[in-house]
Order: sequence, then structure tokens, then C-alpha cells
Amino acid sequence: MVLINTESASSSPPKLGTQPLLSIRNVAKSFGRNPVLRDISLQVAEGEFLTVLGESGSGKTTLLRIIAGFETADSGEIWMEAQRLDALPPYHRRVNTVFQYYALFPHLTVEENVGYGLKVAKLPKEQSVSRVEQALAMVKMTAYAEFKPGKISGGQQQRVALARALVNRPRLLLLDEPLSALDANLRRQMQVELKSLQREVGIAFVFVTHDQEEAMVMSDRIALLRRGELEQVASPREIYSHPATAYAAQFIGHTNLLTAEVSRGIARCKSLSWPVKLPDGVALFSLRPENIRVAAGNTDSDRIGFRGKVIWQAFHGATELLQIECIDGLLLSMRTASGQNSRGNLLLEFSPEDAIPVRKSQEAEKGL
Amino acid sequence: MFSRAYRTAITLPPLVWVLVFLLIPYALLFCFSFWSVSPAQSIVHSWTFDNYRELLRVNVYLQTLFRSMWIAARVMLFSLLLGYPLAYYLSFHAGRRKDLFYQLVIIPLWVSYLVRAYAWKTILGSDGVLNTLLQYVHLTQHPLDFLLYSPFAVVLTLTHIYTPFAFLPIYASLEHIPPQLVEASQDLGASPFQTFWRVILPLSIPGVVAGATFSFVLSLGDFLAPLLLGGPSGIMISNIVVSLFGAAYNWPLGAAISFCMMVLVVALLFMSEKLEKKWSFR
Repeated sequence: MVLINTESASSSPPKLGTQPLLSIRNVAKSFGRNPVLRDISLQVAEGEFLTVLGESGSGKTTLLRIIAGFETADSGEIWMEAQRLDALPPYHRRVNTVFQYYALFPHLTVEENVGYGLKVAKLPKEQSVSRVEQALAMVKMTAYAEFKPGKISGGQQQRVALARALVNRPRLLLLDEPLSALDANLRRQMQVELKSLQREVGIAFVFVTHDQEEAMVMSDRIALLRRGELEQVASPREIYSHPATAYAAQFIGHTNLLTAEVSRGIARCKSLSWPVKLPDGVALFSLRPENIRVAAGNTDSDRIGFRGKVIWQAFHGATELLQIECIDGLLLSMRTASGQNSRGNLLLEFSPEDAIPVRKSQEAEKGL
Repeated sequence: MFSRAYRTAITLPPLVWVLVFLLIPYALLFCFSFWSVSPAQSIVHSWTFDNYRELLRVNVYLQTLFRSMWIAARVMLFSLLLGYPLAYYLSFHAGRRKDLFYQLVIIPLWVSYLVRAYAWKTILGSDGVLNTLLQYVHLTQHPLDFLLYSPFAVVLTLTHIYTPFAFLPIYASLEHIPPQLVEASQDLGASPFQTFWRVILPLSIPGVVAGATFSFVLSLGDFLAPLLLGGPSGIMISNIVVSLFGAAYNWPLGAAISFCMMVLVVALLFMSEKLEKKWSFR
């Protein structure tokens, strides 16, 4: 039950037509007998903000570690433009990482931490000093240059970790759940900061998270990973409005999954029926709660009307989520604007094109 | 939270123990160091600085003290040179064999000190394993006599005995370095050597300091190795203290030397604690 910020992710779409910055080709990885990634192929465009979204154990961090070079794939290739990346040790890849718990060096000051990459690259002193200053200014940490990481807060450490990675001007920045250790308010603030920073520096970000709201707010594209396989790779809007699988529909946002019997262009689920353009057989549909409405009276011919009783409602601020029981016992969730005072028996409707056919995910779904 | 009676009951036994077995003997030692021995070999309970003056006047005491420190310093150096790479290997590269190697380092600690010292005697002696081998392969014509009954033998034996004491704290400090820090360093472009020099070594300094302190302090006060393997040129300060308390029957002078040693060791421990604090960040 998550509210979707529809104002977000309205940046220019990634240019995938040109040569991608990073290509992951058929990467697979097992730990012992336990397959973690199966045949992953994914491309990242120059300047793109790509989020790898998945539950814990989906393999998202392993994928990131393979790109960074901390793990080797069992098979498959990783290319950065014309260079084969997976043959290089991590310290020769033009990729930098922001670690989940920041991994700042405790014995070095903030300034020394940020300057670390330039120092080991033996950059002339004057250059490295000015770049470190710029990087600290960019994340607003100039005042803390002399502090040790132990003396600053989690959010500040986060900023330092970001500056330490970006100061090296990588082609690609990897972020491993960098916001998960922060509390909710700070996290929302950092989401905005991180996104605007990414646009400012124009470096491609591969961002790993388990938080679908975070993914929706920040990403140009989301790669939804489940049990080591990609379920769908698409923009947040696309993935929300046209989920490819039942899992994608449920994991991103809230949905009603309807198992329907299709015959001669009509889908039937209990007492509901609506026209579809699908071959006969069993099909699965996702119907978002906000696409079920209280009927306006002048029932449009192409809307599907039905009766239902409100059995439970949850207040979500601007909207309310209602649990509806239809006459035949079918349970549906619907979202209405708050203050509609919808209760008792209602006449409801939805448009057939809002019932999106989705692929069945591999094992039994919850819901219907 | 706990009642006063309970707290008294649990603090009293250790307090009594420390008092009876540490504080009172030290106080007695301190007193003895200001007393003297009469020609009739009885202790004279009158206060004098003569023992401390004697200690500075007779060359052999200071010489032996410096020799002991020189031996201890070498033992410390070699223990660190052996212990650090071993700990580093175990912590970062041993993989599945980690536990096995760890046990291999620890097991010798359960073997009696005497057995290990005697083992070196049979190896280093003029009819020993090493000399026999060297002559057998015609590297030498005669047995090498500097091998046994020399400071060399003492340093070798003490290094063997105290390397695990240097290894353990270093290993513990390496194990406490979060692997992410090593990864972060590589990620930022540092080669394995740069990562070692700039991240791993600085973060293991507390372990190195503790290991150095252990091996130095323990070998400084050692008396069995010099007794069994040192010969006249390998005598250490504890041997002198033992003979002063024993055959020479000069307890006051022995106490004075012991007290100086104690002050030295406490000063060392104090310094090492300061250093460890300065280099720990958590």
C-alpha cells in the first residue's frame, strides 16, 4: 500500500539507441548449489539512473558486486563500451561504489577519505586539493573536512561516501542501498538530493534498493529482479501502468490480481466479465485500486459496472483504501479520494482497458 | 539494581586476592629494596639507598639490563616479522584452511615451555641435529659453537615461544577490519599493496602494539631460556635476580633490581596503552 509520486522521474528518457555505457550479457552466478543470478542481460545508458529493485535474496547486491569486481560471474560478460570489464580487477575499473554502510576509512579525516582515490592515483597535489574541495562543496560537507568519520552523523557519512566516489569522475556509480541506514525523513530528503546531484554530474547511476517507492521516485528505469531473474525492465510509469508479470504488479504499487477464464473475447472472473483481445484460456489480470470508481450514474457503455459492499477502509491521507466484497464473495481493493464517505452498498465500475493482462509469476500468488 | 550486600559479596574475594598476593608482596619488595644485609647474612631493617647506588655503580647490572632489553627487542622484532605475515595470510587468504592454521599456531602454546626450550637444545647443540646435518652435507668441518649457549640461542628460542603472543593480537585486529573497507579501497583504485599500506596496516596498529608489548615484556623478564641455552654470554637480568635471591643471599639488592624492572615494565604498558588508544577508531 504505497502512494506513488506521479510527479517524479519525469527526466529525459535514456538514450538506449546509441551504444550503451554498460552491457551485462547473460551473467549467471551461483553460490555453491544455490543459483543467485540466472542469465541476466541488462544495459545502462550514459547518464542514466537505473535502479535494480528486488527483495532481499533477489541477487541485486550480487549483481552490483559483479559489476564492481568484488565477485566474478560464473558465466557471461560485462562490457563498458568497447572494454571487457569482467577481466579487470576492481581497482582498474572506472566504476566507483557507494557502500551500504558507507565504508569510510575510520583512521582518515573526511577530507582524506574523499582524497583517497586521487592520492592512490598519484594525482598532483594542487589538482587533488581543488577537486576534493569541489567534491566536499558539492555535498555541503566543507565545514567537516577535518572531522573523522566517527564524529559525524549517518546522513553526513552518506554524503562523504558519495563525494569520495564522485571525486574520481567514474563513468558509472554503483550505489548499494545507500539510504537504507537512514531514518525515513532524512531518506526522503536524500532521495531528492541524490537525484538532483545525478542530473548535475551526468554520471550513470546503478542504484540497488528493496524499496519500491524509492525506486519510483528516483529512477529513469527500474530493473525488477526476482530470485535471480529479471521480471521487467522499464520506466517507473511503464512498469506501474503496464506490469509484465503478476509479481511486478504486486511489488510495485498495490493491485488486484484477477484470474479470469477467457472465451471468445470475454474474460470472466466470478460475476465480473469484460471484453479482451486474448485467445481462449485462463488469464491473469492486474486491476489497480484507483481504476475502480464509484459509478457516476450515467453508466457509459464501455465501462463494466458491478455492486459491492465496503467491508473495511483505511485512511491514507489524501486517499482511502476500501476493501470491497462483491455479491459473489469476490474481494477487491479500491482507492478513493478521502472524504467521499463511501460506505455500505455501492455501484462500482471500471474500464476494461485498465485490466492489464500479466504473465503468471513462477509460484502461487497471494490474492486471487 | 543489585543490593549492597550482593555487591560486597562479589567484590570482596578478588579484592582480598589482589591484596594478599599482589599488593602486600609488592609493598614488601619495595621495603626490602631499601634494607640491607649484615655481614652475618641477616637482613638489616634500616632505610638506605645503598642498593640503588650499588645497582648504578656495578657495571654488570646495567650491562645485563641493557643486554636483556636488546635481546627482548630482537625477539619483539622477529616475532612481529613472523607473526604479522602469518596473521595477514590467515585473515585474508587462508579461506577454508583458516581454522586449521589457527589451531596449528595455538597448539604449541599448550606444550610445556621446558619441552620447547630443551628441543632447541637438542637442535642447536654441538652434537645436535643442526650441526650434524651441516657437517653431513659438508657445509662445515667442525660443529658451529655459536649456535648454543649464546644470545643467538636465547633470541631464537624466545622468538619461537613468543611469536604466538605477537600473532594473536595482530590476528584479532585484522579480523576486526570490516571487509568493506578493503573493498572500498580497491574500488577507489588502490592496488593490493596500496590497500595494505594505507588501510590494513594503519588499522592493525593496535594489534601490532599489543603484540610488540607482549613479546617484549615477556622476553625481558624471561629466565629459563637464558638459563638453559644462554651460557655466560646470554645471561639476562632475571637470572641475576634469581641468583641474588638464591645463592648470593642478597634479597635487598635483588628487590631493588626487581623494583626497577617493574617500574620499567609498567611504564612500557602505560605507553603501549596510550599508543593503542591513539590508533583505535571504534
